Amino acid sequence: MAKITFIEHNGKEHIVDANGGNIMEAAVKNNIPGIDADCGGACACATCHVYVDDAWLDKVNPVGTMEESMLDFAEGVSPNSRLSCQLAVNEAVDGIVVRIPASQG
Amino acid sequence: MYFATFVTCIPFKQIIGVNKNGQNMTQNIVIIGAGQAATQAANSLRQGGYNGRLVMLGDEGIAPYQRPPLSKAYLMDTIDLERLQFRGPDQWEKDNIELRVNDPAIAIDRENKKVSTKSGEVLSYDKLIIATGSRVREIPCEGNQLRGINYLRTLGQSDDLKTDLANAKSIVIVGAGYVGLEVAAIARKKGLEVTVIEAAPRVLARVAAPIISQFYENLHASHGVNIMTNCGVSGFKGDTKVEAVVLSDGREIKADVVLVGIGIIPNSEIAAEAGIICNNGIDVDENARTSDENIYACGDCSNRYVELFDVRMRLESVHNAIEQGKLAAANILGQDQPKLDTPWFWSDQYDIKLQITGLFNGAIQHIVRGNIDENKFAVFHLDAQNRILAIDAINSPAEFLVGKKLVAAKAKLSPEQISDVSIPTKELPNLAASA
Repeated sequence: MAKITFIEHNGKEHIVDANGGNIMEAAVKNNIPGIDADCGGACACATCHVYVDDAWLDKVNPVGTMEESMLDFAEGVSPNSRLSCQLAVNEAVDGIVVRIPASQG
Repeated sequence: MYFATFVTCIPFKQIIGVNKNGQNMTQNIVIIGAGQAATQAANSLRQGGYNGRLVMLGDEGIAPYQRPPLSKAYLMDTIDLERLQFRGPDQWEKDNIELRVNDPAIAIDRENKKVSTKSGEVLSYDKLIIATGSRVREIPCEGNQLRGINYLRTLGQSDDLKTDLANAKSIVIVGAGYVGLEVAAIARKKGLEVTVIEAAPRVLARVAAPIISQFYENLHASHGVNIMTNCGVSGFKGDTKVEAVVLSDGREIKADVVLVGIGIIPNSEIAAEAGIICNNGIDVDENARTSDENIYACGDCSNRYVELFDVRMRLESVHNAIEQGKLAAANILGQDQPKLDTPWFWSDQYDIKLQITGLFNGAIQHIVRGNIDENKFAVFHLDAQNRILAIDAINSPAEFLVGKKLVAAKAKLSPEQISDVSIPTKELPNLAASA
């Protein structure tokens, strides 16, 4: 079980509880706006892009090659960008805060 | 004059469905369907501020879910049903969406703006969204009712196929489209002997250029799949259960289980019966609106004009379902049309991720960027003027994402520029000329 805080671009906060899966799924299943997840988590589209708060960057699982390539070319990418479909939900991320970009490109 | 300006600057869009006289217009929306397009339309309506009644009518008996994993991760058991579903179980109710998973619409009364459902209920609508999707094309030949002959579109069918695969040593797959090849990859992973029968001269004939077809034929062969092209199927043999597939030339291929993947048919009948114009699916305009101004059609059931390619077609893809769901919602709410994406597709087979942007019909040049032998390359499909019509990216997400921009801009690049990997992919848009 992990508590995840999503902060929309307009500042609105949503706190959800997630049990396994990945952070994108936690957002989509709880109808958090701004995470599109067009490919349903297949790492094929880069529309689940989020900014992980600095304090949590080293708590999430490391970035894989495919994700890294996708991130390189996504919109509005910054050093704390990740594709949320590749971020596993586990105890290590209990309390994590992620911010949602203004648009998913 | 100032007052008039001020009035039109009030966020009119936020006052959903209220006209200049303050009367509520759209209070009742019915969505026929409960799949990808239906879910997107519902999401976009609620996120866009629509607070009126919203009913979704489905026929699969379970809450809306995504189909792509049915031939991939779900078939392989690496994800379960819960992860397939779009929303958590209570999230439809929390959003005030009346989701009826076992009460499909059976008729539309356009004159009185009512929908009749299977249970006998009659629902009124101000706006109607038809998102009925498509159904599998069944193979019309002898023995096609034998047990063990599977199709794959729904969760139930994926479960049946999974069970059959677990009890089989060999599978024959009829049809080498995406579904057929994805199942071939999964079946090989499960240790079955796999034969793929394809009527066309190459695999993925409808959806990919010859160079990509060749790549996939080699890929599957290297994994031990037997691909037989230029082969038709004339029937199935067996007692009560299928035992062999009979080819058009008389040869018989032994099979413990069969999967048929030969395309889909749009579920447009309910619209046609109501007098809505349908030509190969339900005809819609650039806002996903049908010939009836209060009715929209989204996803596989519709055909649309794709401006980027000046073509009207059914766009069978998740992208299309999502985009049209957003278009319909925006139009209903009187909001700006969302920015359109290029058509895009993907397929996962073994450790190969194929991502496609654009439509390659009309391309006469197919330029490779990268290394085919290393399974990491992209094929750029150009017309005679060097305009990039489509890009097939194999394990090359950079080329896919940059490619989307190039395709959307109708950009032109020379074959020399495309194949020159010393030019970073990121730089390609800067070099491109516009069409």
